[in-house]
Amino acid sequence: MEPVLGKQGLKKRLLSGTGFTPFIVRRLLTSILLVIGVTFISFTITQLVPGDPVAANLGQSAYSDPAIVAAFEKEFGLDQPVPVQYIKYLGNLLQGDFGVSLSSKRPVIEDLREYFPATLEIAAVAVFLSFFVGLFLGIVSAITRDKLPDQIIRVFSLTGVSMPAFWTALTAFYIFFFVLGWAPGTGRLEPGGEPPANVTGLFTIDALIAGDFDTFKQAFSYLLLPAMVLAIYAIGVLTRFTRASILEILGNDYVRAARAKGLPEYLVIRRHVLRPALLSIITVAGVAFASLLAGSVLVENVFSWPGLGQYAYRAAIGLDLPGIMGVSMVVATVYIFMNLLVDILYRVIDPQMKDSK
Amino acid sequence: MKLNLLKSSNKPKNSESIWRQPLAVVGIGIIATWTFLAVFAPWIAPFDPNAQDADKFLSPSSVHWMGTDELNRDIWSRIVYGARISLPYSILLVFLSATLGSIVGAISGYAGGKVDSFLMRVTDIFFAFPGIVLAMAVAAALGPQIRNAVIAITIVAWPVYARLVRGLILNAKQNDYVTASALLGSSSRRTMFVDLRPNLSGPVFVLASLEVGNALLLLSGLSFLGLGAQPPTAEWGAMVSMGAANFDRWWVGLFPGLAILTAVLAFNFIGDALRDALDPRTAKALRD
Repeated sequence: MEPVLGKQGLKKRLLSGTGFTPFIVRRLLTSILLVIGVTFISFTITQLVPGDPVAANLGQSAYSDPAIVAAFEKEFGLDQPVPVQYIKYLGNLLQGDFGVSLSSKRPVIEDLREYFPATLEIAAVAVFLSFFVGLFLGIVSAITRDKLPDQIIRVFSLTGVSMPAFWTALTAFYIFFFVLGWAPGTGRLEPGGEPPANVTGLFTIDALIAGDFDTFKQAFSYLLLPAMVLAIYAIGVLTRFTRASILEILGNDYVRAARAKGLPEYLVIRRHVLRPALLSIITVAGVAFASLLAGSVLVENVFSWPGLGQYAYRAAIGLDLPGIMGVSMVVATVYIFMNLLVDILYRVIDPQMKDSK
Repeated sequence: MKLNLLKSSNKPKNSESIWRQPLAVVGIGIIATWTFLAVFAPWIAPFDPNAQDADKFLSPSSVHWMGTDELNRDIWSRIVYGARISLPYSILLVFLSATLGSIVGAISGYAGGKVDSFLMRVTDIFFAFPGIVLAMAVAAALGPQIRNAVIAITIVAWPVYARLVRGLILNAKQNDYVTASALLGSSSRRTMFVDLRPNLSGPVFVLASLEVGNALLLLSGLSFLGLGAQPPTAEWGAMVSMGAANFDRWWVGLFPGLAILTAVLAFNFIGDALRDALDPRTAKALRD
């Protein structure tokens, strides 16, 4: 039986205990704090903008009339001290009000709702691809250490992390669309293509839900090339990381013991090396997913992929700050919660792992 | 290759000079070439990078090795001049963010307690922002200009150094000689600069060398998005962006992209070799 705890005792147990629930509570609290920190930085950046929002939004004649200026400032809360403005800003965010995009003239939240699923779709495929390819290449590279396959894979993975994504996208598009004609072209569907009934916003999934296999095939063929380009960087990162962590584990005594007792090499690798290595690899894969969301900024533009990246690009070009801040807050929040998820997963897989700071 | 295969893999790598690692030598060669091109650009570039004398979209030929762009300019000359932007700015970027990050990390590690937790939470927040998106936001807020792009990327890039330096200081602080020096009455500043600093320079330098490539990628990415170098400046990322607008003229985007790729790859070759040459413990700290 659990001892009955006072309110104080419960709080203490949740915040400093070593069990699973306290761990989750603590990590959740840190994540929320981080998100608040992110909003604070976003707010600071919006305050940085040189130029007077009043002047930017009012015409010349209205700007010279002090009464109109005062009314404008009052309406948008610009007459209040900065901390008060921040609290208001936070309150708005909580209600999903990210402001109005200067480029699309729509509430930013609506834009995000429209563009986010498109990016999620290619990022998810890219993570899937890079996880398996990166894992495979990393393992091969580690077990053939310093031999030819290792040398080749190392050069390839290093090249992967050195390619400017926007250029890779451009080159891949030129080769596979313009020269070879294998890739279908830009966008998510062929021109005039009817998107499937909106459930998740992911065209492939929605098409499957609607039982429309033609649309599924089409949507999939359109997303493959951008996803592959997006995956290249993550494949490089994961290959290098997998190689390093496997090499580290291979040096352990228990690996030597496993070999000494005559276990076949593939079993040594699978049971004694891969299993512990997977833990840290999953961590990196989780973080890679969030960085893929960010990387899509540079890739989507080339493929006219109507996702967050292209939205952010247009917002940046038009100096549309609410739009950019919306995107960066969404991506940062995904990143923070991805980290949280990975930490929890880590704990579940390896209960011995007490969260060390 | 032969030499490499014969080497025992158990031998500690720290005794190896980076000159014996083929990839590092290739990297140094590439950077030396780009530096040479940048320094002697006016003598090497066959044309004025901004002269609009040729015809529009000429494909590569013996006169225009890499063709001409939308504004009739010689692409090879622009790439040569572009090295004068990309290389020095990437190095400046790394210098700025390493300095800023090291200061934050050193204060955090040395002060400990509440200061440490506060600074590390701030670092975490900056880590949570995805690099290119935060850099875009800052660059857009400050106005599209290469100087502002540098500020934006510095803001994005410093946290790695802060974490590294904090870890190193925490480690070094446990040494007896640090305690001894404090007991002898050293001021905190003296402890920091005389006793702790020598532990930092090696790893920070290696991390910095690994980050030059990333800095170049971010900077050219911002320019590609129109938030870095402004026309008519010859900058590699901005040049690729013109190629993206005219993708059927492959030479417009291909060559400047290759310039970025070779430079970044070379920096990464060197950074990797330096890390391997470092003792394994610090190498591990750098990887995590």
